[in-house]
Amino acid sequence: MKKTQRDIVDSNRRITRRGLMLAGIQIATVTTLALKLRSMQLDHAEEYRTLADGNSIKIRLLPPARGLILDRNGLIIAGNEQNYRVTLTREEAGGDVEPVLRRLAQLVPMPESRIDELLEEFSRRSAITPIVLADRLSWEEFSAIAVNAPSLPGVTPESALSRAYPRAGDFAHVMGYVGPVSDYDLSKIEDPEPVLLLPDFQLGKIGVEGRLEEVLRGKAGARRVEVNSTGREMRQLSRQEGEQGAAVQLTADAALQNYAAQRMGEESAAAVVIDCQTGELASICSSPSFDPNKFVRGISSADYRALMDHDHRPLADKTVQGVYPPGSTFKMVTLLAGLEAGVIDAGSRYFCPGYTELGTRRFHCWRRGGHGTVDAVKSLEESCDVYYYELAQRVGIDRIAEMARKLGLGTRHDLPMSAVAEGIAPDREWKQARYGQSWQIGDSLNASIGQGYVLASPLQLAVMTARIASGRRVDPQLIRSIDGVRQPVPDYPPLDIAESSLRVARAGMDAVMNSARGTARNSRIAREDWRMAGKTGTSQVRNITAAERARGVISNDQLPWERRDHALFVCYAPIEAPRYAVSVVVEHGGGGSAVAAPIARDILLFALNGGLPPPDAVPSDQRAAMEARHEAMQLYTPEPPRPGRSRA
Amino acid sequence: MSYLDYQVAQVPTGFRKILYINWPLVVLVVAVCCIGFLMLYSVAGGVLETWAEPQMYRFAVGMVIMLGLAFVPMWFWRGISVAAYVVCFLMLVAVDLFGTIGMGAQRWIDIGPVRVQPSELMKIALVLLLAAYYDWLDLRRVSRPIWVLIPVVLILAPTALVLMQPDLGTSIMLIAGGGIVMFAAGVSLWYFGAVIAAGVGLVAAVMKSRGTDWQLLKDYQFRRIDTFLDPSADPLGAGYNIIQSQIALGSGGWSGRGFMQGTQSRLNFLPEKHTDFIFTVLSEEFGFIGAFSLLTLYMLIVGFCLYSALSNRDRFASLITIGISGTFFLYFSINMATVMGLLPAKGSPLPLVSYGGTSLMILMLGFGLVQAAHVHRPR
Repeated sequence: MKKTQRDIVDSNRRITRRGLMLAGIQIATVTTLALKLRSMQLDHAEEYRTLADGNSIKIRLLPPARGLILDRNGLIIAGNEQNYRVTLTREEAGGDVEPVLRRLAQLVPMPESRIDELLEEFSRRSAITPIVLADRLSWEEFSAIAVNAPSLPGVTPESALSRAYPRAGDFAHVMGYVGPVSDYDLSKIEDPEPVLLLPDFQLGKIGVEGRLEEVLRGKAGARRVEVNSTGREMRQLSRQEGEQGAAVQLTADAALQNYAAQRMGEESAAAVVIDCQTGELASICSSPSFDPNKFVRGISSADYRALMDHDHRPLADKTVQGVYPPGSTFKMVTLLAGLEAGVIDAGSRYFCPGYTELGTRRFHCWRRGGHGTVDAVKSLEESCDVYYYELAQRVGIDRIAEMARKLGLGTRHDLPMSAVAEGIAPDREWKQARYGQSWQIGDSLNASIGQGYVLASPLQLAVMTARIASGRRVDPQLIRSIDGVRQPVPDYPPLDIAESSLRVARAGMDAVMNSARGTARNSRIAREDWRMAGKTGTSQVRNITAAERARGVISNDQLPWERRDHALFVCYAPIEAPRYAVSVVVEHGGGGSAVAAPIARDILLFALNGGLPPPDAVPSDQRAAMEARHEAMQLYTPEPPRPGRSRA
Repeated sequence: MSYLDYQVAQVPTGFRKILYINWPLVVLVVAVCCIGFLMLYSVAGGVLETWAEPQMYRFAVGMVIMLGLAFVPMWFWRGISVAAYVVCFLMLVAVDLFGTIGMGAQRWIDIGPVRVQPSELMKIALVLLLAAYYDWLDLRRVSRPIWVLIPVVLILAPTALVLMQPDLGTSIMLIAGGGIVMFAAGVSLWYFGAVIAAGVGLVAAVMKSRGTDWQLLKDYQFRRIDTFLDPSADPLGAGYNIIQSQIALGSGGWSGRGFMQGTQSRLNFLPEKHTDFIFTVLSEEFGFIGAFSLLTLYMLIVGFCLYSALSNRDRFASLITIGISGTFFLYFSINMATVMGLLPAKGSPLPLVSYGGTSLMILMLGFGLVQAAHVHRPR
């Protein structure tokens, strides 16, 4: 079809009309786009800029260095050490981590099982989560990995601070340990600090580490980093270092603590050394101990099992958690209760035929033949049970219990340690509440010699001794200073006990050590200026039946370990101006005078001397044995503290 | 008329044609492409090899194609229009067949070493055929129903094939491209009105069908609509792209963060940052000034094409130019509207700027046709 000139003109007119309409639509569209652009980029730019910065700039927390824990002389008990480790991020390894792991295994020993474990973990975790491949590398291993970094894609060698306990087991129970934050920990903390959510943040779990967590933690620093939408870090914009936690100085002396630990050796025992005037704990040591470093590093299940299965219970802190029938060490309480109640005076006497009859029951004295006529001092000196049976019947349990509480038993002392036990100072009300039974007179007799319902921890026994020695209401103190600020020593009020009564009790304790018939005469201190007072205790952990008694009581040596008596001893020195009080409990150790007293005496001597006791401090016949004992110990010789290290 | 008659005698021949090429249009296209190289370089984090360099090679090939096609006279294009449409149609059928045998959504066909995307070629072929159709059709019959039905079928047949791939975006572009040619050819506005009304009615019906027994879309498709209407409802899921894109774009402000300084786009907050979301990168780094400049360049390209078309007395050439420039307009306006959150997210590149060979080649081929129409216009 041939087009005419008219057609062409007509067509052109139409196309022009429609073309202009199209142009109009297009201009309208572009105007809309431009207006939207203007609205976003000019009117709302600020909002979007804010959103954009929130998008790409993330705050990454820097865990603060944990505060140091020092002994009273400034020696580090809990410090921080560089931990060299390597992490691997799957995304950076190009997705396949196994060849990288195999290559790494040539540089650091890694058993096949560990590789499988890691592969399994990589498959579970997100591709951008760094996973720790190896921890606590030596510097050689660490640098070998750093040098070979190009052939190990995604592997990052890094160093971080980790808690370390240079004194290993000595302070394990006092210090506790740190560990990774668990869900359980978080559930206990209201509004947890964000730093706690860091994957390898170390949180104080128990002991001083746990109780003073807030003080030790410090303040987290922060890095501003640019990240991409997958959370990968692209670069660091700024870095603000955190603030190290405050240094905590304990009242304890590392050298004394070490000596106490070694003196107790493999016994299942506890020793507490307390300053009679200030209440500062110079040593608080539970034996056997464990290495808290193992817990920080993640203890192997075999090691953990071994600790759990050990019949001497290394994990338990026997000093404050362990409660024992105090046995004869409780007799001061009963005596003081009697004196204060006016039931007896220093000269009052009872006759000991070897037992007391109460209805049809017989309560025996430890000496079958009896002690004859016994006064207050002699009752302690020879530890006559019958004297206290008689006394208890006249004083009554409520006054005994009240005296016990006055002396620090049956009350929970406020120490920054875990599971501080309250112990039991039983009275009528307590038994009614606890067992729904009324108090029997027999219960009073048992309680009067620290058996039956009475339970006390070594800490409480030490406090009791310090109070008797000083006549003041001393409370135990563990923290000497925080962040260099000396904790105030309270001005302890006098005990609500007549000085004359206390003097009788002290005279009795003096006689225990220093008179010819004293039960702990063998453990006395020979030097007159350190003259010591003490009290033995042997507490039964089993009932001795009448039938057994008739046959002859089986001696401790012939009993299995866990059925032997607990050996206890409390003491203080010097008598004239008491400085330190010591309590020692040896679980199933046998007799208090034979087992606990020598240990307590040696620890007391070390505390008094500020080092190994001089030979002339013990009776001449024991010097060789003591020398030999000290010879065998590998004692910790404290280096003088270097000022530069105090906040290392 | 005498002026025009005089010009007809002056239709250039041989290499003299090079003087009659629409050089401002060439300069504009090159400028836009250069912006593209810049952005691809920036997006790659200052690396040329990743995207910018391959794109430059393709651009070089595209320039040769565009300028080469400018020498091809219009009678040739008119002559191959039907054949081109049929070949493209058959390739679409082939792709659909291979697609069903092969791996689901297949849009490619391998012819020896060359990889062709028939649906893209179809965009040009359809414009070509419709222009030839309306050039051939008597002007008085343009709006008669039967003569309207024929181009509608010509449009819908390949659209249906593309929709089966499935590629909704290209289908819409085919319909829009064909519609623009029909509109320019002078088809009565009543038809367009009716189609728009029907479209609105269909959308209303679809939205209303939700949750009823006769639900017209699948649940996930409804959810996509929800996301478009309110991206913040699902910021880390389906709404993620739109929100991230808007944040990046808006944070550019008046003058942007500076070249290579865009934090959002380069830090992988944006998916497809080198293709569908490259306008976001530009807007973030060069701000409103940069974004508006690109918009202006695009409009100048469309404007030059339109001016060329309206001043061209060859109906076929005019319709081709309008059809191609109209398609180009749709390309960039849809992409921009998408990244600004005015349209639902749908993969579509920013013409001449986004990384991608096929899109660039088809556009250069289209501009080659525009140039040919311009060079060979009757004078």
